[in-house]
Amino acid sequence: MPSLEPDDKKKRFHRFPVILFALLGGLLLHGAASAAAALNIQIALLSMEEERHIPLSLLEPVIDDTGQMGAEQGIRDNNTTGQFTGQSFTLVATKIDSDASPLEAFVKLHEQGVRLFLVNLPADRLIEIADLPQAKESLLFNIAARDDELRTRLCRPNLLHTIPSRAMLADALAQYLTWKRWNEWFLVIGRHPQDKAYAEALKRAAKRFGHKIVETREWTFVPGARRTDSGHTREQEEVNAFTQVGDYDILIVADERDEFGEFLNYRSYLPRPVGGSHGLSPAAWSAVHEQWGATQFQRRFHEKNGRWMSDRDYSAWLAVRTIGEAATRTASDRAEQLKRYISSEDFNLAAFKGRPVTYRDWNGQLRQPLLLTSPRLMISVSPQKGFLHQHTTLDTLGFDRAESRCKKQQPG
Amino acid sequence: MLFMSSRCCSSIRPRLITMAFIIAMLAAEAVQAYTVYVSSEKDNTITVIDGESLKVLQKVAVGERPRGIALSKDGKILYVCTSDADHIEVLDLETLKVTHVLPSGPDPELLVLGPEGKYLYAANEDDNMVTVVDVEKRQKVIEIQVGVEPEGMGISPDGKWLVNTSETTNMAHFINLETLKVEDNVLVDQRPRVAQFSNDGKQVWVSSEIGGTVSVIDSATRKIIKKIGFEIPGIHKESIQPVGIQLSRDGTKAFIALGPAARVAVVDTAKLEVEKYLLVGQRVWNLAFSPDEKRIFTTNGVSNDVSVIDVERLKVKKSIQVGRLPWGVVVRP
Repeated sequence: MPSLEPDDKKKRFHRFPVILFALLGGLLLHGAASAAAALNIQIALLSMEEERHIPLSLLEPVIDDTGQMGAEQGIRDNNTTGQFTGQSFTLVATKIDSDASPLEAFVKLHEQGVRLFLVNLPADRLIEIADLPQAKESLLFNIAARDDELRTRLCRPNLLHTIPSRAMLADALAQYLTWKRWNEWFLVIGRHPQDKAYAEALKRAAKRFGHKIVETREWTFVPGARRTDSGHTREQEEVNAFTQVGDYDILIVADERDEFGEFLNYRSYLPRPVGGSHGLSPAAWSAVHEQWGATQFQRRFHEKNGRWMSDRDYSAWLAVRTIGEAATRTASDRAEQLKRYISSEDFNLAAFKGRPVTYRDWNGQLRQPLLLTSPRLMISVSPQKGFLHQHTTLDTLGFDRAESRCKKQQPG
Repeated sequence: MLFMSSRCCSSIRPRLITMAFIIAMLAAEAVQAYTVYVSSEKDNTITVIDGESLKVLQKVAVGERPRGIALSKDGKILYVCTSDADHIEVLDLETLKVTHVLPSGPDPELLVLGPEGKYLYAANEDDNMVTVVDVEKRQKVIEIQVGVEPEGMGISPDGKWLVNTSETTNMAHFINLETLKVEDNVLVDQRPRVAQFSNDGKQVWVSSEIGGTVSVIDSATRKIIKKIGFEIPGIHKESIQPVGIQLSRDGTKAFIALGPAARVAVVDTAKLEVEKYLLVGQRVWNLAFSPDEKRIFTTNGVSNDVSVIDVERLKVKKSIQVGRLPWGVVVRP
């Protein structure tokens, strides 16, 4: 017992405002958790103007700051820890025009002393940056490019990927469909290269997990305006005719740019479910996810930004938290030292997914459970039970060590 | 004595011996009367279990999403964090009726009662606060700013220190309850959940759910004495997620619930090493001793049951079906 009489206690509580200020001051003074001297850590976010994406559904907002809001939430979370450890984190967000050179922007940030980068760019631009001499001593996080080649062939030692690859997403879906025994797929592929890449990942997953693609069709209609009066009559006819194929268990759609996938559900010729980029969708993050403490995380984000978190926001948050966690544990802001810690056995991160997330040492991909979502609720989480692995079941998703040409390397 | 009688015929003797054996067993099994209360997050109920017969007596409806529960010092009241109702409900254990509610701040998850029995400390995950509530005046007294997503709360036996863990900040904050200042922050492994003082107050045990370790912290120096790790053959490291911690009164043993590993680890507190793993129900999170410390009750969220552990023999004795997603457990003498 603290030998405090109730009156004494009352007095104490009346000093509340003073105490709170003293408390916050105290936090800085008593940052005994780490021996680090005050350290300001700059993290750059490099984005470029993208074609404005208007979702097919009116319920979904037009997002033009994807990635950045997630990074900012990460900075806020890092700084809460930082007030106890004497570290502070700043985001330098740079968004260039679609015709400007991201290389120049990168070099400029590098000249300002920034060495930690979140790259919110397509794969080709990302690799150009990673190959710059200035990037050698930097640490880059890919938060946007899902391309499998970045995980299998275009290996770079200074590059980590927090966004899941297409192969990981496709495997997550395929495992669940194995559990369901929905083994016969009707694959519908959009007209863009990324849709074809997603389809390739789906084909690979089908083979890996014992499914059969019984029908394949390409959706080649050029989309018009997103909103039109009486649009539904056309879609009703089009989809009904388009989906007149032999029998299958599930229609799997590859439409990453959200041009038509939403039209398929309830309009297919046969009464079958839809999955893939629409319907039952594998994702790193989703507004419908509320397990493992995610509710608080979601609310924090929504309160601040008035919208839900996207996969890219979550991937940006993961990158910033990875840096924060490594900086806290190593008391350093040096890219090489952080990379070494992040690649070590000691590193793990809590990411509202029920188990620790870590990086694959061969290709720098963050291994993580993936969500299988419907528009309003979560359906399941992969890896599914029963898919075993000698190291971690998370490596049943995506390219495993033996399937990738990337090899373990120290930063150069 | 009857069964020592030499005149007893051989045909009766075995029966008498059997009876004597049963009597002896009953005497050994006789436990003091007590009641176990379990919150069920999904069913919005408190399950009442008779400690002697291990039978479910009743299920009491409470507010939305009951999680952390705590018993008043006189054992007459159960405080229930009803997280989605954003308050603490006060359950009268005689009538099994909710008599009133206490303010708690949003989304209260876990609470502890100070040793004086007057102040409740509740963690508010949503706004990074610990709320202090005066249970007599039924008022919020103060909010203390802590790290991101505060969760675990341990109060030192002398009532001078509150150790709060924050899940995203990965720290155990030592809050001086006389000055209400955070005096120290100890960095532990990922996603710390529960903080528990040893009975002599010399150590604080903090479980890190995602890190998969329990940090044993020296209360005086605030240094980690040891991080206890866990290894179970056939179970992947990522599935071993320590949450609930109970330390025996005599200070020799600690029991640690390991979540999806479906095991309770028994730790020798002198060596700080695991001596045994006990198989319990799925996703075990919290635990509570019986008053005589002969049994431990665990809440197994996914299998919807409570496992009863025989502490002397270190065996799991029974499992009791309770409401869906059991979360917290307390025992009333």
